Amino acid sequence: MKCFVGIDLGSTTTKALILDEEQQILGRGITNSRSNYDIAASVAKEEALVNTRINLVRQSLEPVSTLFENLEEFLSGLERTFRLEQFMEQLADLESVCHTNASGNRFASREKTIIADALRKIFHQLREEAPELFAPGASRKSDFFRDIAGSRYLAIGEASARELGLSFDLLLNVYDRSIIEVENHFGEGDARMMMLQALQRMLKVTPELESQKNIILEKVEQAYNIELEESYVVGTGYGRARLPFSKDHIRSEILCHGLGAHIMYPETRTVLDIGGQDTKAIQVDPSGIVSSFQMNDRCAAGCGRYLGYIADEMNVGLHELGPMAMKATRKVRINSTCTVFAGAELRDRLALGEEREDILAGLHRAIILRAMSLLSRSGGISDQFTFTGGVANNEAAVMALKGLIQENYGEVTVNIDPGSIYTGALGAATFAHRAMEEHA
Amino acid sequence: MNNFQNGGSAAIVDRCRRLFDDLEFSEVREWKAAEKGRKVIGYMPVYVPREIIHAAGMLPVGILGGGDQLEVIQGDAYYQSYICRIPRSTIELGLTGRLDVLDGMLFPSICDVIRNLSGMWQLMFEDKYVRYFDVPQNYARDIGGSYYVNELKQLLSDLEKLSGKQISPDDLWKSIEVYNENRRAIQDLYHYRAKRPWKTPSPDVYLVIRAGMVLPVEEHTQLIRDYISAVEKEEQVMRDNCRVVVSGVFCEQPPLNLIRSIEMAGCYIVDDDFMLVTRWLLEDVPTSGDPLENLADGFLNHSNETSAKYVPVTSDKGQYLVEAVRKNQAEGVIFAAPSFCDPALLDRPMLQNCLAEENIPYTAFKYAENSGQMQPIREQAGTFADSIKLWSA
Amino acid sequence: MSQMTPPDAIKEDSMEKQKQMISANFHELAQAPQQGRKVVSTFVPGNINELLMCFDMARNLPEINALQNGMRKKTGRMIMEAERSGHSEDVCTYVKADLGMMAQGNIGPTGETLPKPDLLLLSYTGCFTFMKWFELVREQYDCETSMLHIPYQGDGTINENMRDYVVKQLREEVIPTLERVSGVKFDIDRLREYMRESAKSEEDLVWVLQTAKNRPSPIDAYFGGVYYIGPIFTAFRGTEDASEYYRTLRSEIAERLEKGEGPITPDGEMKDEKYRLVVEGPPNWTSFREFWKMFYEEGAVVVASTYTKVGGVYDFGFRHDPDHPLESMADYCLGCYTNLNLPSRAEMLSNYVEDYQADGLLINSIKSCNSFSAGQLLLLREVEKRTGKPGAFIETDLVDPRYFSGANVKNRLESYFQMINQKRGGGFSEGVAA
Repeated sequence: MKCFVGIDLGSTTTKALILDEEQQILGRGITNSRSNYDIAASVAKEEALVNTRINLVRQSLEPVSTLFENLEEFLSGLERTFRLEQFMEQLADLESVCHTNASGNRFASREKTIIADALRKIFHQLREEAPELFAPGASRKSDFFRDIAGSRYLAIGEASARELGLSFDLLLNVYDRSIIEVENHFGEGDARMMMLQALQRMLKVTPELESQKNIILEKVEQAYNIELEESYVVGTGYGRARLPFSKDHIRSEILCHGLGAHIMYPETRTVLDIGGQDTKAIQVDPSGIVSSFQMNDRCAAGCGRYLGYIADEMNVGLHELGPMAMKATRKVRINSTCTVFAGAELRDRLALGEEREDILAGLHRAIILRAMSLLSRSGGISDQFTFTGGVANNEAAVMALKGLIQENYGEVTVNIDPGSIYTGALGAATFAHRAMEEHA
Repeated sequence: MNNFQNGGSAAIVDRCRRLFDDLEFSEVREWKAAEKGRKVIGYMPVYVPREIIHAAGMLPVGILGGGDQLEVIQGDAYYQSYICRIPRSTIELGLTGRLDVLDGMLFPSICDVIRNLSGMWQLMFEDKYVRYFDVPQNYARDIGGSYYVNELKQLLSDLEKLSGKQISPDDLWKSIEVYNENRRAIQDLYHYRAKRPWKTPSPDVYLVIRAGMVLPVEEHTQLIRDYISAVEKEEQVMRDNCRVVVSGVFCEQPPLNLIRSIEMAGCYIVDDDFMLVTRWLLEDVPTSGDPLENLADGFLNHSNETSAKYVPVTSDKGQYLVEAVRKNQAEGVIFAAPSFCDPALLDRPMLQNCLAEENIPYTAFKYAENSGQMQPIREQAGTFADSIKLWSA
Repeated sequence: MSQMTPPDAIKEDSMEKQKQMISANFHELAQAPQQGRKVVSTFVPGNINELLMCFDMARNLPEINALQNGMRKKTGRMIMEAERSGHSEDVCTYVKADLGMMAQGNIGPTGETLPKPDLLLLSYTGCFTFMKWFELVREQYDCETSMLHIPYQGDGTINENMRDYVVKQLREEVIPTLERVSGVKFDIDRLREYMRESAKSEEDLVWVLQTAKNRPSPIDAYFGGVYYIGPIFTAFRGTEDASEYYRTLRSEIAERLEKGEGPITPDGEMKDEKYRLVVEGPPNWTSFREFWKMFYEEGAVVVASTYTKVGGVYDFGFRHDPDHPLESMADYCLGCYTNLNLPSRAEMLSNYVEDYQADGLLINSIKSCNSFSAGQLLLLREVEKRTGKPGAFIETDLVDPRYFSGANVKNRLESYFQMINQKRGGGFSEGVAA
């Protein structure tokens, strides 16, 4: 099966998307961007392949769906189990790297013993907790190993450090060194094997399927036996220049976002993308060709990162900001979206007795105001308008945006795809598909 | 004429505050609608000879940006992050139709940003009269002077064309006289404040002067007089504040809150360079002889010094500020400059050197017209006030 | 207004000649005090080099010092030095580089000490900052300053009043001051002679710049252009050296043109011309090579630029006129690019895009330079509207290395080139593939 891969290497996350020959989406994957761009791209692609396989498994099992009480439930159980397998494997890797890093000459021997003790405790507990994390309906702050493992490591580590009379900083130091190493290990796990292991487990906990075991295994094998031939890869995103691709496998993220938005919503004429460190306003013509674009200037004011600082300052998750802001009851005007002063502005406002929710609503509006200027700079807003990027998932930002569009441009259809974070990767994969056609 | 005799200074300041808050320029619109054929000319800082506009029967209106209440969307689209705020909000005012009442705009020679805004205005508002009002940086009567007189003649003839009416020397004499009166009133107010700053809070004085940007000059003069006589009758508590001169605020305006913060932090403002257009000419313009020559002479030889003007003699540089400190018995200078303001920020080190030589303390910060955070400014001004008190103790 | 160490690949006679001229000038400046020669400092736009030469004065151009120091990566430290002594981070980095250099002993770009000027000739042309710059320098040197105020073309024309004003300043103030400071009597015939020489260079420069109308263009009118304007924008306009330089340059370019060769870059000839651009705004000096490479690597050539007009706009017919020396000097000053109003600039840029068959307008917006930068986003819109060609906008600075983000600039340029390519309806590999 011919596959066309798009990889979008962003400042915070790296996304991959795979298209088939009919330009149908086979799978999508995402990971956090890291110091090694090559690895980030590979991990994202691997994630997209896993997702592709699950979709293929679905296709393969669909003809025999009557075997299952609920095929979708089974599949999501399978994926969760697979994720757990994957997590356990990475955890084992992290543990061994931590031990190695803790046994270096930097620590006194008494310290070494205590640290090793602490690590054993931490990882024991992490393993114990893991199934909970991937239980049906469990909510995770993030899907990235670094975040899940990291937040628990810190929590458990702090407690055990106190218990063992150890400086928590030492444990933190070990973790910081190790996670970077682990993130840059790649390709040690065999996804196919893990998936089969996951399947075995699923079958074990679902006794009513015992009699159909062979058919199911065969179908899953079938799905895995489809050869995925990587026909063409196109890379994009801010880090694209650092991808190990030749020049004809690279497209600017502006073009990819324009095309991706066009594929998602063919009537799109204006695209706004608010990512971690930049904001893009793009105008596209009826065939998805970019006719003009503007990006924020050097300063990252008003980008997604700004919300990140605010979340850090408030000590809440990034995804909690929007819902909090939605509870605002008063309009607060915030004029500065300078990331440097974000914290100071917030504290100043709180000190003045303003409500956290109201301030947050003001901050969201301020970010969107910056975006409105950029849109205006690029040529305004034409129907239809497509909003993409991480901030498009933030309901308070969306509400502010819709309001301002209405005020300034009247009735405009606003498209937001739940998978909008993959817009650039979709554009890149489409370019990959087109490049193949041209070469043919 | 006087509506405020019973309301005291608060009523006057209230009216000024309404004018200040009104980004729609309603009173200007009313003035224009009151008589058919009336025209309004907007002008930006730092100086234009309003006498000529007045003599043409038109209302000069000072455009000082959008303050901290205007949401700037379109205006921001025209400027990079390293350019000050005033041109953005001014464009926003223009594009949102708030300046439709203006029949023309004058852009004085103050800096490259405002200079270029004149050309932007020409491109964006094609049906309006737009003029870049250049002034000489050479102060010799027959060189810079004759250039300036010709520029004034050009302005005059442009306005004649716009209004369809001839401007006679008599018209000019009358206009010069009403502006002489206005300047005297403002000077009186500044003198009064320097003497009794506790009776004339700086935000109030600011609003009273600011009203002169939109009111007909005759009405404004009366308003100032009324304000002075109202405050004279009122008792206010004198606080243990130090006395400062505020420098650098001649173009983009700080939020009113900033002026209030300085005072609340323990500093009485006894002189400043707000709205220099109202105090540009330091002496009465003589009402005999050639009116344009007299206006030119005022500009060349008796005008306020500011960063937008060249200082030919090295030793004169910054002396006006030292003088302002002495004359008003100020104890220090607060340099408040808009972020990215070339004239104020490039001048500042030289002015600071002059003050240092005279052992005059100073402090400095930057603001934007829409600055929201006052805490750092309150702290800085407060520390400055405390340190002055310590020094003088 | 640049001269720099020529890229290794360029071995043209003209380049060699320019290199010699520049180092000779820095040497002359360094020697001036010993040789009893008076030194005048002045600015590039509206410089009146011919007149200054009539008084045998050595000419020092602080902008050139700053940009030369920028290319030698020395300005970062100088700027920080100036900021430490109280200069705002918001203001022009040419000024701060100059003041920082003075604070560090006034060692010029070539390593020779720059002399204390005897006169600051403040040609206040098209840039407000010039006025403050020399007030600041004057404060340090306490030397005489002569103001030559050039009124701005607010309505897009030069009128009699403006011209008279400039001529009067020259006649009644600038010339008497120059006579007094230099001790040399003014000789108008000498001035005419220099002006005659200037006009020759101007003619040749215009010819060279206009060869970019050809496909492929034999020159890069921005990155290469800053070399070509070097002599004429600085201490050499009106000299025989300059005339010779331009004669040589012209014949070199004529040869390239005849052979159908593309422009020379630091990596040799740019062979495959894919994109033709008009560029507005000064270049970045601290990463000049890296910046240039982002263009020629992608096959982009600049066919016209406004920066090569800051020291004089010659391509619409103006020449220094020996028959009307002071008047034509006034017209020269009044006509410099940054003294033009925005409508004139929009028209000039639109015409460039059309006349030079460009793919579009690229604006390099310089943080230091409000004279150029304020209003550029409107210029971009206007030119796009008038020509129907897409524009792009990047932001850098003159000599502050903190304001050059290579990855950021490259990202935008690539996006722009790919957009042009996509708009042409060309295949994706064409123009993108290496």
